[in-house]
Amino acid sequence: MSAVQEARWDEAYNFAYLDEQTKRMIRRSILKAIAVPGYQVPFGGREMPLAYGWGTGGIQVTASVIGPDDTLKVIDQGADDTTNAVSIRRFFSRVAGVETTEATEEADIIQTRHRIPEAPLREGQVLVYQVPQPEPLRSLEPRETETRKMHGYAEYGLMHVRLYEDIARYGHIATTYSYPVMVNGRYLMSPSPIPKFDNPKMQGNPAIQLFGAGREKRIYAIPPYTSVKSLDFDDHPFEPQTWDESCALCGADNSYLDEVVLDDHGGKMFVCSDTHFCEDRRAKGHRGELGADPAALAFARTADEGEAQ
Amino acid sequence: MTTMISVSGLTKDFVLHTQGGTVIPVFADLSLEVAEGECVCLHGPSGSGKSTLLRSLYANYKPGSGHIRVAHRGEWVDLTQAEPWQVVEVRRHSVGYVSQFLRVIPRVPALEVVAEPAKLVGMPADEAEARARTLLTRLNIPERLWSIAPATFSGGEQQRVNIARGFVRDYPILLLDEPTASLDAANRQVVVDLILEAKARGVAIVGIFHDAEVREAVADRLFEVTAFQKSAA
Amino acid sequence: MSAVMAMNPVAERRPLLKVNKLTKHYGDHIGCEDVSFTVYPGEVIGIVGESGSGKSTLLNVLSAQMPPTSGAVEYDLSAKGLRDIFTLSEPERRKLMRTDWGVVHQNPRDGLRMNVSAGGNVGERLMAIGARHYGELRREGLDWMAKVELDTSRIDDKPKTFSGGMQQRLQIARNLVTRPRLVFMDEPTGGLDVSVQARLLDLLRGLVRELGIAAIIVTHDLAVVRLLADRLMVMRRGHVVEAGLTDQVLDDPHHPYTQLLVSSVLQV
Ligand SMILES: Nc1ncnc2c1ncn2[C@@H]1O[C@H](COP(=O)(O)OP(=O)(O)OP(=O)(O)O)[C@@H](O)[C@H]1O
Ligand SMILES: Nc1ncnc2c1ncn2[C@@H]1O[C@H](COP(=O)(O)OP(=O)(O)OP(=O)(O)O)[C@@H](O)[C@H]1O
Ligand SMILES: [Mg+2]
Ligand SMILES: [Mg+2]
Ligand SMILES: [Zn+2]
Repeated sequence: MSAVQEARWDEAYNFAYLDEQTKRMIRRSILKAIAVPGYQVPFGGREMPLAYGWGTGGIQVTASVIGPDDTLKVIDQGADDTTNAVSIRRFFSRVAGVETTEATEEADIIQTRHRIPEAPLREGQVLVYQVPQPEPLRSLEPRETETRKMHGYAEYGLMHVRLYEDIARYGHIATTYSYPVMVNGRYLMSPSPIPKFDNPKMQGNPAIQLFGAGREKRIYAIPPYTSVKSLDFDDHPFEPQTWDESCALCGADNSYLDEVVLDDHGGKMFVCSDTHFCEDRRAKGHRGELGADPAALAFARTADEGEAQ
Repeated sequence: MTTMISVSGLTKDFVLHTQGGTVIPVFADLSLEVAEGECVCLHGPSGSGKSTLLRSLYANYKPGSGHIRVAHRGEWVDLTQAEPWQVVEVRRHSVGYVSQFLRVIPRVPALEVVAEPAKLVGMPADEAEARARTLLTRLNIPERLWSIAPATFSGGEQQRVNIARGFVRDYPILLLDEPTASLDAANRQVVVDLILEAKARGVAIVGIFHDAEVREAVADRLFEVTAFQKSAA
Repeated sequence: MSAVMAMNPVAERRPLLKVNKLTKHYGDHIGCEDVSFTVYPGEVIGIVGESGSGKSTLLNVLSAQMPPTSGAVEYDLSAKGLRDIFTLSEPERRKLMRTDWGVVHQNPRDGLRMNVSAGGNVGERLMAIGARHYGELRREGLDWMAKVELDTSRIDDKPKTFSGGMQQRLQIARNLVTRPRLVFMDEPTGGLDVSVQARLLDLLRGLVRELGIAAIIVTHDLAVVRLLADRLMVMRRGHVVEAGLTDQVLDDPHHPYTQLLVSSVLQV
C-alpha cells in the first residue's frame, strides 16, 4: 500500500480495529493451528466492542487475516442479512474499508456462524467459524487439565461414550450439530455448532478453515485438503441429515433446509438456509413450489431475521 | 513308610501385649513325625496346646522357632519358612484342615461350601458337586439344606458340613480338631468310617479326639503334648 | 524324614507387582514409610489399620495416582517385564490404568460418570481401547450388569438413580470389563449397610477368583479381609507393622497393635 493512497477505513481505528501487535500474535496462533490440524491453540484475545456470543473469536481471526483488498462475506446460520451478519459486515467495512459481498464465489474471507455455504469453496478462500465452545469433550469431562491430556495422548474413548449414550437413548446418533470429527487422523475437534449436514464439506476442502473461540480464547484450523472424519460406530455409521422436501423457493433438493412457519394453521414451508445459494438458483431460473409467491419470499427473510442468536 | 509330616524343635509362646505382655508358653522343642496312612491323636488336658500344635501344622499359628516340614507334591516345604503364597499352595493341594467350627461365608450354599476345595484344585464342577452330594448324604444333611447358606444351620449340621468340606478332596495330609465333638452316635460313626477310609488310602492324619471310642477306633498312637511343656508352665 | 523328597525348591513364580521401600511424605508429615511387599498374579492383599495410618496414601501411590517421595513400584508389563511405573511415560501409565488395572473408589462419585448411563459407564474402558461396535458394547454392558447382579433393565439409567450398593457394583463392573490383572480398592464396602456389604463381598470374592484377578483392598473391616484377602498387611502411623497370611495375622497376631485391633472386634 502506498503512503499517498487515502485510507478507505475510519482512521480513528487501526486497520481492522486490532493493533498490529495483537494481530501478529493471533496470526502466530493461526499458523500454529494450521501446522497442527485440529489442535486448539490458546491465544491472548483482546476485548472486542461486542459481547461474547456475537462472534468475537471469529471477528478477531478475521481481523488478523483480512487485507484491504479482500472481499468479505458474513453469514449467520446461512443468512447474509440477519442482525448479527449485517453488523459484523458493517464493522469491517468501517474499520477495514473492505468490500463485502453476499456471493460465496466472490468472497476471499467468509465469516460464519453455524453453517458452511452450499456452494463449493475454492483454493485461496478462508472460512472463519465463530465458536462458542471449542472443547468437544467438555460436557463429559469438565476438567481442563484432563481434556488437555486426552488430546495430548489421543485418548478419545470418551467421545464415543457420548455417541453411545445417544444411541442408547434414541436408537440412533441423535447429535445433529457440533457433531465431533477427527482431523487428520489425530485430533478430535468440535466443528462449532454447524449442522452435521455440513460435516462432509469439511473433508478435503480446498479452502482454509479457521475456528475462533472468543470466550475460551482458542484458535484451531483445518488446512486445505485435510482428512476430516465424523465419528461413528461400525453398526451406526455417520449419516448427514436428509429431507423428504425440496426448497419451496428454488427447488433445491441437496441443500440444508430450514422450516418456516407460514400461518397459525400449521402452514409451513422448507427453504434453503443458505440465502445466497437460494437466490442464486432462483436468478438462474430454478423454482420451487412457492417460488413465484412474493409473500412466501418475504416471509422467509423475516423468519431468518427473527432467529438470530 | 513315607514320612508326611516332620516337626522338629518347635517352640510356641503367646505374648499378650494387651495384657501387660503376659507370656504363655505352650510347648518347647517339640518333635513329631507322621507317616503315610497313620493317624496320630494329640492328647493332653484342656489348655495343654493340642489345638495350638494342630493350627501350627496348618501354618495358622506362627511358632517362635523350629521347623514344620510337610510333603507337598513330592517335595518338602517348611511351613515356618514358606512364603505366604507357598502356604496357600500347600493348603490347596496337600494339607486339609477341619476346624472345630465352620466359618460361614455369607450367601454361599452348603453344597458349594463343600465342593469349593475340590474346584479350587481344578476338579470339574459337576464331579466336585457329585462328591459333595455323596458326602452330605453320608453325613445325613437333608437335601433341602444343600442350597442354603449354612449360617442358619444347627451346630451339629454346621460341623458336618465342615467335615464334608475337609473330605471332598483326597488331601495327603488331614488335620482334624475334634471333628465329632457335637455329633450324635450315628454321625460319629460316619466320621469314623471316613477317617478309616482315608487312612486306608494312605492319608496321614493328625487329630484331636476327646471321645475315647472314636480315639480307639481311629488312632494308631497318642501324642502327649504335655511332654513338651516348659517347666515354667 | 524320607530321602525321596528334596528340600523346598518350590517353583519360582513371577511377581505381578513389586514394592520396594516405598515412602510418601506430605511435607514433614509421614503418609507411609518404607513399605515393601510383592504381589503375585491372582493374589488378594488386604490392608488394614486405624484411621490416618496411611492406607489410602499407600494405595494411591501404588496405583500411580500420586508420586512417591522415595522407593519404587515395579509392575509386570508382560512383554517388557518388571518396570518401575514411575519411569513409564504418562500416556503409558494412563493406558495401564485403563486396561490392565482397575481402581474402585470408596466414593462411587470418584469412580463413575454420574451423568452417563450404566451401560455407557461399563462400555467406556472398552471404547477407550478401540471398541467401535455398538451392539457388542451393549452385549458386554448387559453381561457385566448381570455378573454384578444389577437389574439389566436399568442399563440406560444413570448411576445417580442407583443406591449406594448398586453404584458400587456398577463401579466394579466398569473396572473389570477389560479384565484387568490388578485391581485397587479403597474401602469398597464402606458406607453400605451390612447385608449389602455381605452381598458385595461375596460377589467380589467370586469375580476375583473366577477371573484370577489380583487385588489390593484397603479396609478397616476385618471381616472383609477375612473373606477376601489371602494376605494381610497391618499399618500403623505409616508403617506396616505386621504382614502375613490373613488367617495367621488375625488368629495369631504378634504385634501389640494387631493384637489390639483383633481383640477390639468380637469375632472375625
Ligand atoms: N490365639 C491365641 N492367642 C493367645 N493365646 C492362645 C491362643 N490360642 C491358644 N492360646 C493359649 O494357648 C494355650 C493352649 O491352648 P490350646 O487351645 O492349644 O489348648 P487345647 O489343648 O487345644 O485345649 P482344649 O482341649 O481346651 O481345646 C492356652 O493357654 C490358650 O489360652
Ligand atoms: N494430601 C495430603 N496432604 C497432607 N497430609 C495428608 C494428605 N493425605 C493424607 N495425609 C495425611 O497422611 C496420613 C495418612 O492418611 P491416609 O489418608 O493415607 O490414611 P488412611 O489410613 O487411609 O485413613 P482412613 O482410614 O481414615 O481413610 C494422615 O495423617 C493424613 O492426615
Ligand atoms: Mg483345642
Ligand atoms: Mg483412607
Ligand atoms: Zn432454495
